[in-house]
Amino acid sequence: MTDAALVDAQDVAQRFGDRTVFQHVSFQIFPREIFVILGGSGCGKSTLMRQMIGLLPPSEGRVLVLGHDMRFPDMDVLRRLGVMFQGGALFGNMTLLENVMLPLEMHTDLPIEARRDLAAVKLGLVGLADAANLQPAEISGGMAKRCGIARALALDPPLLFLDEPAAGLDPVTSAGLDQLILDLRDQLGICFVVVSHELTSILTIGDRCLMLDKSAKGVIATGDPRKLRDESTDPRVQAFFRRKAA
Amino acid sequence: MTARLTQATEGGTTVLRFEGALDLASVGSLWEATLRAARAKQGRTLAIDLAAVPSCDTAGATLLAVAEQAAGKAEIRNANPEISSLLTRVRAARSVKAAPKPPRQGNFLGDGLKSAADWVAFVGEVLVAIARAPGHRRMFLVRDLLAYTDNAGVQAIPLVALLGFLMGLILAFQSSIPLRQFGADIYVVNLVVISLFRELGPLLAAVILAGRTGSAFAAELGTMVVNDEVAAITTMGIDPVTMLVLPRLAATMLVMPGLSLLMEIAGVLGMTLVMGILGFPPVAVYNQAIQAARMRDLIGGLVKAMVFGGAIAVIGCRTGLGAGLGPRAVGEAATAAVVGGIFGTIVLDGIFTILYYRLHL
Repeated sequence: MTDAALVDAQDVAQRFGDRTVFQHVSFQIFPREIFVILGGSGCGKSTLMRQMIGLLPPSEGRVLVLGHDMRFPDMDVLRRLGVMFQGGALFGNMTLLENVMLPLEMHTDLPIEARRDLAAVKLGLVGLADAANLQPAEISGGMAKRCGIARALALDPPLLFLDEPAAGLDPVTSAGLDQLILDLRDQLGICFVVVSHELTSILTIGDRCLMLDKSAKGVIATGDPRKLRDESTDPRVQAFFRRKAA
Repeated sequence: MTARLTQATEGGTTVLRFEGALDLASVGSLWEATLRAARAKQGRTLAIDLAAVPSCDTAGATLLAVAEQAAGKAEIRNANPEISSLLTRVRAARSVKAAPKPPRQGNFLGDGLKSAADWVAFVGEVLVAIARAPGHRRMFLVRDLLAYTDNAGVQAIPLVALLGFLMGLILAFQSSIPLRQFGADIYVVNLVVISLFRELGPLLAAVILAGRTGSAFAAELGTMVVNDEVAAITTMGIDPVTMLVLPRLAATMLVMPGLSLLMEIAGVLGMTLVMGILGFPPVAVYNQAIQAARMRDLIGGLVKAMVFGGAIAVIGCRTGLGAGLGPRAVGEAATAAVVGGIFGTIVLDGIFTILYYRLHL
């Protein structure tokens, strides 16, 4: 099983000075899986994702992504990852189409018409085909997130990281985004790592989850999120899923 | 990684036969050939045979969809269910066309007039805020005034002193060459002192202020606009001009005379060094400077410096508060603040020159 894992976190810890965010975190993520990292605010979800995408070397342990140690990120590995940041992180001086074309321009020798066609398809996949010529300043937050996903999909990566894809979206847009993630997984076979604390979204899309807790400074539960909701006896897990004050 | 394309004619049908995985790595080499073949079917039916294609990503499916479109109509043969499903989704994604770029509103003359009107309105708002300031004392943050005074004034001292010294030195060297031909070396002092006191001191201090502080004001306020901080201030019932502009305006008007004076003193020191090299002792330079410069030259220069400081602050704040949305807007505001600050300073200098001339100052 270990050989097939796309992500293999081995006893990872993150400390900022004397403050430990989390420690002893180990997990694996496999192909075609939607893996959700969840937990309350400040538990280190985004920090763990930044370790996986090579932006933050762990204080202890290591994270292997596509077999590569992300303490030493490599361009060949990074181009095989797609990342959507919380606000979309679109380049403000480019249209949406140009944003999605950028990775194709940097990493392929495709003719410009092909790059344009491919980028337009990616925007079409996330429902933004008609907005291709708009600038990021002219679109809503939900559209920016979807465009962020389209750009992350540009190179057809096997592994896509999404940071809070549902945060700040209305329920209809959020449900549309969840369906898009499921479709992309089913039709393109992409593995998703989703950082989220949106319960509905987690229960809709998550195959497996890893729950971090701020007070425990680490993992308090792993498994199918629906089973955790229904069967876990851990009061912290129940507090999260039943929306109770801790 | 590699895929192949072969073309055959079967009866009245052109058949494009792909072999291998159609993915991002392989479609680049097939793109042009596929489209050429699809466009050149010459009345025949086009068939795309995918029997030997085990897998396909969105790049491959896009190539197939583009080929279908180029041919007008095409039959996809022997595609496995995954490829068929993906192709259906890509066709759907391509079915919606991009809306054209929104046309730019306005025109050169109209935009120019509106911009001029906005500037006049902003200066008016600042004047109103100054008039109302005694009644809005809480909105005028003294700690901000002190911070900007430190930033615009105290932290600029080394740069201003160095530039002033070098400017005096250069002016003295350059002017000594022609004056020496007439045996009038000592008048280098008159030239440098009057130039510095009346013009160069305030002007160069203003250029430094525009570059350091005007741009910083624009960037800071522009970022606040982008982050909705200015909107938050407004919705709290606080006047943003009083809270954000007046401390900056007061700080620059306070520090500019000081910076200008510092530049002039440093320039005189640089000139004194050159005069020493030319054989004139400091005492002789001092006596000549006292004779050459009048108090009104100095005062006139300092008044100009204060007005320049105010103009630079107003321009920096206006460009910042008028910044658009997005990260690019902040950079544009900072650039506009520097260009506008220097331009405004020179225009004001021209007005002062005419004014002083008419008043015989």
